[in-house]
Amino acid sequence: MTATVTQPESPVHHYLESLDDLLTGKPGRVAELRVRAMDRFVALGFPSMKNEDWHYTSVAPIATRVFGRTSSAPAAPEVDVSPMLFGSPDWPRLVFVDGWFAPELSHVAESAGVRVSTLAALLAEGDSTDLARLGTIADHDNVAFTALNTALMQDGAVIQIGAGVEVEAPIHLVYVSTRPAPLCAVFPRNLLVLERSARATVIESYAGFGEESYLTVPVTEISLGEGAQLDHIKVQNEAPGAFHVGTIQARQERDSELHSFSYAAGAELSRTNVYTILDGQGASCTMNGMYMVSGLQHVDHQTRIEHAQPNTTSREIYKGILDGHSHGVFNGKVYVRPEAQKTDGKQSNNNLLLSDHARIDTKPQLEIFADDVKCTHGATVGRLDEVALFYMKSRGLDAEQARTLLIYAFAADVLEEIPVKAVRDALESAVFARVRGEELQVAGE
Amino acid sequence: MLEINGLRANIGENEILKGINLTVNKGEVHAVMGPNGSGKSTLAQVIAGHPAYEVTAGSVTYDGQDLLEMEPEERAQAGIFLAFQYPVEIPGVTNAYFLRSAYNAVRKARGEDEVDPLEFLDVMEEKMKLVDMDPSMLNRSVNAGFSGGEKKRNEIVQLAVLNPRLAILDETDSGLDIDALRIVADGVNKLRSPEKSAIVVTHYQRLLNYIVPDFVHVLAGGRIVRSGGKELALELEEHGYDWIQTHAPEAAGAARG
Ligand SMILES: Nc1ncnc2c1ncn2[C@@H]1O[C@H](COP(=O)(O)OP(=O)(O)OP(=O)(O)O)[C@@H](O)[C@H]1O
Ligand SMILES: [Mg+2]
Repeated sequence: MTATVTQPESPVHHYLESLDDLLTGKPGRVAELRVRAMDRFVALGFPSMKNEDWHYTSVAPIATRVFGRTSSAPAAPEVDVSPMLFGSPDWPRLVFVDGWFAPELSHVAESAGVRVSTLAALLAEGDSTDLARLGTIADHDNVAFTALNTALMQDGAVIQIGAGVEVEAPIHLVYVSTRPAPLCAVFPRNLLVLERSARATVIESYAGFGEESYLTVPVTEISLGEGAQLDHIKVQNEAPGAFHVGTIQARQERDSELHSFSYAAGAELSRTNVYTILDGQGASCTMNGMYMVSGLQHVDHQTRIEHAQPNTTSREIYKGILDGHSHGVFNGKVYVRPEAQKTDGKQSNNNLLLSDHARIDTKPQLEIFADDVKCTHGATVGRLDEVALFYMKSRGLDAEQARTLLIYAFAADVLEEIPVKAVRDALESAVFARVRGEELQVAGE
Repeated sequence: MLEINGLRANIGENEILKGINLTVNKGEVHAVMGPNGSGKSTLAQVIAGHPAYEVTAGSVTYDGQDLLEMEPEERAQAGIFLAFQYPVEIPGVTNAYFLRSAYNAVRKARGEDEVDPLEFLDVMEEKMKLVDMDPSMLNRSVNAGFSGGEKKRNEIVQLAVLNPRLAILDETDSGLDIDALRIVADGVNKLRSPEKSAIVVTHYQRLLNYIVPDFVHVLAGGRIVRSGGKELALELEEHGYDWIQTHAPEAAGAARG
């Protein structure tokens, strides 16, 4: 189906071959999309560190091994997802086990103006109109992992909120890997469409059990209509041997608001891309995040906010806590197009190194092509303030308490902005627990 | 209560304290005065256990215990409190949380139960009023963005909450306006008792009108060069420190409280 030639033994060739299974007997727009994306993936290849967007992150552990795509849903999975849940058990929830929807673990209440379905179900129906926006927001032409996901996407949530509909309860998407076989790969794909003035909250959680390595490559596409508001929270708590390369990409129309929070604490190597384009006057986004790693973990965030129209606003704070020999990377791009006058953008990235061996590469980037804008950015790297530690001890707090409190204080302002209280509380406890060296919970209480 | 003998301390390669002798008994208030850079804060910080200072000689005992062997938090739990000359800002930790953590840490060390947060709120608000501070400052981060005077008052709030047996005030009066000075001094005086002692570091005799000391010591060049009663402060005010150097009737280091 494709003219590109690959080495027969290479992982790229292996992914190319697994595409064939997905295409047999399924013509139509999505099949064409898969083929096009695979062409792009084969042409781009896995990014090397010469690629500017991957300068500090080597994907060699992913690129040199063959991760096998899980081809079917597991029968009646026995997974305890309760440690991954937040808030009320009544919140609508879609659980995906090893990449596939698990109805036994999920529940979604029907309500007017809200359509919640799964990608696999819609694909089985043929060219569903619900999938019209699929592949129109995330950039599979230039971003290799998005191309790979687009070619091999298997299942995920497809959520559409009708005009003016406000959904109160957060919708929780839970991705859990049980690693049924060595070196599994899953390619979750979500599509969140909020029509004019719709409001919703969506939480994505990623976690895994067991010892084997596995690969998760999720892509979430977000379309916000005029005046729509979405709170989106991603909680990445993959198992220690995991590789996670995920992308969240949004397109925002006039006066829409995206509030994004990305938390990354798991995986051996993780990369999270959060991209949005403010493509209508008055559109705004808050793009926050926190990463907390130790040992030999590698955590990378790349964000991109594109101000494409006048009077758009962005606020971004990312905070990192790095211990052990961990390595963090932050690359935040704010791009202001020539027509985007009166852009108001603020970006900051603050890092706390808890060990002499931890390392952070931070690169905030402003590219401004309009002349009447207000943009600031800054990055800091620091250690625990010894004087503050002494001050606290001189008031009777022991060394551990003082340390915990200072680390927590570092993270407090960004955690406080998490829009869902139950998630905020759970992540605050997770930070406390991790600082105290307690065993890390998957998520939640 | 506190006995300092031949104390020498360095910061890096520099010797700052060059043999300090000082005894503070129960119920006594000692004032320490002396020129800038003479080592007053260093002495205070060494007593509190600041890790940057290296004690090279001498001893400090507190209630018969070797103070230098104790961690800073153990000293605090044993009833030592230092009001910092430069109180430290801790963005992200509220005053209320910090005070309660400190109070509970000290109680826990004494084998007492932790306090009920709501009851403790009343206690904290009362102590804030003691130094005329708005209770709303309990919800602000510790010292962050506080004015110089507010920081000093906040130290006294902590002092009042922790109720130490040995309070060391390092220039708590500097940066206070005259009303605040009286308020802070009243606050300290309310905490005076026959069981408690204080070391008050100051440049101004003014404070000593409010907190009347039993002894006054002059620290210069890392040594106590003169000790006397409260009238010594008045003489200093009149003549300056140079006068000490030329009229030093007592041998350096022979200070006694
Ligand atoms: N961290 C440091 N590094 C180098 N020198 C220091 C350090 N801390 C203090 N010193 C020096 O030690 C000496 C004593 O300082 P200290 O703060 O104890 O003086 P002080 O008597 O409290 O003065 P002041 O009246 O100005 O508060 C000063 O010369 C000071 O420069
Ligand atoms: Mg001083």
